[in-house]
Amino acid sequence: MLKINDLHISVDGTEIIKGLDLEVKAGEVHAVMGLNGAGKSTLANTIAGRDDYEVTKGSVSYFGKDLLELDPHERVGEGIFLGFQYPVEIPGVSNLNFMRTAINSVRKYNGEEAMSAAEFMKLVRSKAAALKMDPEMLKRFVNVGFSGGEKKRNEMVQMALLDPKLAILDETDSGLDIDALKIVAEGINAQRRDDTAILLITHYQRLLDYVQPDVVHVMIDGKIVKSGGKNLALELEEKGYAAVA
Amino acid sequence: MAATLETKQQVEEMAGEYKYGFTTDVEMEMAPKGLSEEVIRFISAKKDEPEWLLDWRLKAYRAWLKMDEPDWAKVNYEKIDYSDIYFYAAPKSQDKPKSLDEVDPELLRMYEKLGIPLREQEVLAGVEGAAKVAVDAVFDSVSVATTFREELSKAGVIFMSISEAVKEYPDLVKKYLGTVVPQRDNFFAALNCAVFSDGTFVYIPKGVRCPMELSTYFRINAENTGQFERTLIVAEEGSYVSYLEGCTAPMRDENQLHAAVVELVTLDDAEIKYSTVQNWYPGDKEGKGGIYNFVTKRALCKGKNSKVSWTQVETGSAVTWKYPSCVLAGENSVGEFYSVAVTNNFQQADTGTKMIHMGKNSRSTIISKGISAGKSHNTYRGLVKVLPGADDVRNFTQCDSLLVSSTSGAHTVPYIEVKNPSAQIEHEATTSKISADQMFYCRARGLDEEEAIAMIVNGFCKEVMQHLPMEFAVEAQKLLGLSLEGSVG
Repeated sequence: MLKINDLHISVDGTEIIKGLDLEVKAGEVHAVMGLNGAGKSTLANTIAGRDDYEVTKGSVSYFGKDLLELDPHERVGEGIFLGFQYPVEIPGVSNLNFMRTAINSVRKYNGEEAMSAAEFMKLVRSKAAALKMDPEMLKRFVNVGFSGGEKKRNEMVQMALLDPKLAILDETDSGLDIDALKIVAEGINAQRRDDTAILLITHYQRLLDYVQPDVVHVMIDGKIVKSGGKNLALELEEKGYAAVA
Repeated sequence: MAATLETKQQVEEMAGEYKYGFTTDVEMEMAPKGLSEEVIRFISAKKDEPEWLLDWRLKAYRAWLKMDEPDWAKVNYEKIDYSDIYFYAAPKSQDKPKSLDEVDPELLRMYEKLGIPLREQEVLAGVEGAAKVAVDAVFDSVSVATTFREELSKAGVIFMSISEAVKEYPDLVKKYLGTVVPQRDNFFAALNCAVFSDGTFVYIPKGVRCPMELSTYFRINAENTGQFERTLIVAEEGSYVSYLEGCTAPMRDENQLHAAVVELVTLDDAEIKYSTVQNWYPGDKEGKGGIYNFVTKRALCKGKNSKVSWTQVETGSAVTWKYPSCVLAGENSVGEFYSVAVTNNFQQADTGTKMIHMGKNSRSTIISKGISAGKSHNTYRGLVKVLPGADDVRNFTQCDSLLVSSTSGAHTVPYIEVKNPSAQIEHEATTSKISADQMFYCRARGLDEEEAIAMIVNGFCKEVMQHLPMEFAVEAQKLLGLSLEGSVG
């Protein structure tokens, strides 16, 4: 599904990603682990198409397409979802309006008709309920005044609504208490299917107690230095990054 | 310059030659360039006006001659040569676009996005020979207008052009014309009094709730009422009317200077809701061309418990100078001002309101949202004044500025004059910038750049947009996004 070859990325002239290879197949869950500054978020944002990130070398292909040629919203249309580490506030825009616009933008991209208000309400209510989100949160402005946990849960509801083929979750577990963590993990597991792939970007192996990864990668200084099974995460937790790499 | 000089000579010659000629020569369809008493007599005669109105115009003209163009607003524009303007029936210009191919492509793209049919685009863009029938054909205004007219007259509502009203209801017009905005109020108002072309008169009788938004009617009959428009709305005791002027479609106009005057009067327990969507041609991306919009709008809340609510969405014009105000004379009267002003490229807007509290327990609310993009400047200028006799006045003001580009400017100039210690005045102001994070967040949810800007900006303006009449709010939201297209940086 996703194939990254010898990727180099610079931000403001400083190279952050320094030759990264990664292949993610349908049905797989990959965890990318690393310390702050290793370039994990840079990787996630680049796949989603943020323009402050300059790809100086290498390629990213997605279902055989050159992903780097596509605008961010086109990537969403093609089935890529980025769950944000720090979801931003958008004052004055209701969560419902935001989500409905998102869904209909994706449908438009794929040549489908817009979803009716009634149909959308039914869908969003069921997804919110599955993730135990208070329906009142849907009426509030996007992320405005949400707690850290509420913001992350909101990201999960959006993911469920957009039903992506490839979900990249950037530090979705950070700042969550154990109950919220379990709910977020349920959301991720619900998205796990034969035809989808998930890329978890995380600091800690805590989330991996609830979401079993197929592959774990260790990222240090802009490169993947080691890959392995889920035991690699436990090993990291125990011995630290220096010892493992 | 040579042309101007020539015209001046022509005017002088004609004025000399036609001492009375202007008033008698029915063959002549236009007054020469420039302004003189003869030109005003000509205009008045053309409209077959009564003597009192001619005198009124002349008085304004004489006052105007002694006045200076205001220079305190934060706007810069080339000085207007008043001797080089047609004040009545400008001849069709030679450089009218021959077809849509000659029209600013940006403008055409906007029409397309707003879903305006081709033939109507031609009319809006002022293409040569594009007949008004095109608009009729689209809207079938004849039948619709007739139906509306019948319904309104049943309710006793008077709704007609001000020229018609001068003839049919001279006493009413005479009673109120110039009572809210005095002739000498300001330079542009005086000019308007002298030369106003036409406009609208609305009268809502006692206890009547106008059966429809006057917008619907107005929009389908949006005949170009010209550059010196004059509007007078009188709401008798206990009556209500909602009036909407303007159009979301950007309109080209050969006349660069627009100086309108709007007067509203509300008597006891009456309410007027006045909404504006202003989208005159803003000039091109280099700041060439565009309308100068110098408007005086004021309401007199004369009666007890009367209310006036101004809502404006200003996206057009190269230069905007506009302060819709309320004189809150009545006890318990209420004034509201909700404004969104968007400037892009080289546009300049200096807009705001004045709330003059004279009545006891009068209240006012001001919500202003300024959005600046490109190299534009956007200024909120407002006055809240409480007179000594006005006890227990309350005002709440909120001015928010949103910067879309780092090369644009947002300015807030609030004046507060309070002469009564019982007044409660609140003022809040914020300035923020559309962040790259917000943009990326929206785009990472499938919105393209335009949709993303529209969403963020509409969120920013929500408190104002919700005061627009329903059917217009959707179009106005779309318009905000379009006005700011490609401007995030």
